[in-house]
Amino acid sequence: MSIPHGLLALLDQRPMYGYQLRAEFERATGATWPLNIGQVYTTLTRLERDGQVVGQATDEEGRQRYEITAVGRETLRTWFTDPVTLGDRPRDELAIKLALAALSPGLDVQAVVQNQRVATMQRLQELTRLKRDAPTPSAEDLAWTLVLDNLRYMAEAELRWLDHCEGALARVRPPTAPPTSDPDPDAASDLATDPTQESLR
Amino acid sequence: MTTTRALSLLGVDRIHGAGNSAVHALRGLTIEVAAGELVAVMGPSGSGKSTLLNLAGGLDRATAGQVLVDGVELGELDAKALARLRRHKVGYVFQDFNLIPSLTAAENVALPLELDGVRSRPARQRALLALDEVGLEDLADRLPQDMSGGQQQRVAIARAVVGERSLILADEPTGALDSETGEQVMRLLRARCAQGVAALLVTHDAGHAAWADRVVFLRDGAALDDTGSASGPESLLPETAR
Ligand SMILES: Nc1ncnc2c1ncn2[C@@H]1O[C@H](COP(=O)(O)OP(=O)(O)O)[C@@H](O)[C@H]1O
Ligand SMILES: [Mg+2]
Repeated sequence: MSIPHGLLALLDQRPMYGYQLRAEFERATGATWPLNIGQVYTTLTRLERDGQVVGQATDEEGRQRYEITAVGRETLRTWFTDPVTLGDRPRDELAIKLALAALSPGLDVQAVVQNQRVATMQRLQELTRLKRDAPTPSAEDLAWTLVLDNLRYMAEAELRWLDHCEGALARVRPPTAPPTSDPDPDAASDLATDPTQESLR
Repeated sequence: MTTTRALSLLGVDRIHGAGNSAVHALRGLTIEVAAGELVAVMGPSGSGKSTLLNLAGGLDRATAGQVLVDGVELGELDAKALARLRRHKVGYVFQDFNLIPSLTAAENVALPLELDGVRSRPARQRALLALDEVGLEDLADRLPQDMSGGQQQRVAIARAVVGERSLILADEPTGALDSETGEQVMRLLRARCAQGVAALLVTHDAGHAAWADRVVFLRDGAALDDTGSASGPESLLPETAR
């Protein structure tokens, strides 16, 4: 997450104090990227040095609001319009861990996959619980709801990818348990008769 | 709270067929669902999910082990008592819906109530309420053949949740639904659980399974693992974020 761009986006709404920026940032991201106040001021100092923001005159309590400059607006516009490329993101530890696990002799990779599956599902359950308690987001909650949705979709994608890994691993390194030989997995549902229909007879 | 589970499968085996062609669909499976709990089951094709639901709903019998619904062991009931228990206590959503083609949506949903002795006027009213809950209030008088797959699926769900069932069993109940309608169904199931119903849901969709209190992973007829009763959401995002 780019903290400078995040602060510029908030300052583009209105001038703010450092402590306000911190609170607004957490609100917008659902506190998924907590900032400490030190980070906020370090970033503001750097942005001011680069001419992206200016500090306003200090008030009676010695506090200072910051406002965005034309240069800052241009930086922000470019940030919003340029797509995020894969190279901008940190490498995913899980992908690397599983890739290496697949190479490690004697390691129970199925168990590695299953442990991750349980952990990721637990996280998805927690995220879903947050969502279910907030059925219709208000305009001000929209930003963090979108962040929450992003986290849910990432968790779902990770689970799908784990299924894929498991399938690929099973083909290359068969697990010790015998695989199911099942040409017709849904045959059982044919057995089931509707209790309602049955009672009619 | 009593200690009786709404559903218990205790060390259940189910072997289909015999001899060379025998298939061990379930192996010593134990799963319990408490009143008010929503449990999701996930697993690859052929892992025994449908077999598990069929046993829980009394549509199939275990080769070994016990299946109890509200503390009553299904293996000890005769066919008639079993049929009564199913009609009265168990709402079942079939993978292929199983609607009666000659009955309208409302009639399909009202049928289990009428079979249970509810008069047709109040039965229809409750059916309309249930259809409303799945967003089908406008299609009450339509025949299944004149509905989309997703609409038929929702009629099947309405039929399973109508009345005072204590156990809802659902085999891929969101398979034909778009994500928004699927979510509506999950909210409906959660609402029933909040009223004390126990629900066991088979799904391929991790996003839907995540609505459950607990997710059980099935492999080769046995429960490999489950997510346990998850910790509170506080661990993830602070309240102040809201
Ligand atoms: N009536 C049956 N006769 C023989 N084998 C069956 C029958 N029903 C199910 N099976 C087998 O039992 C196993 C579990 O099936 P099922 O419960 O339908 O799995 P799932 O719903 O997880 O796909 C599969 O190997 C399947 O082929
Ligand atoms: Mg099935």
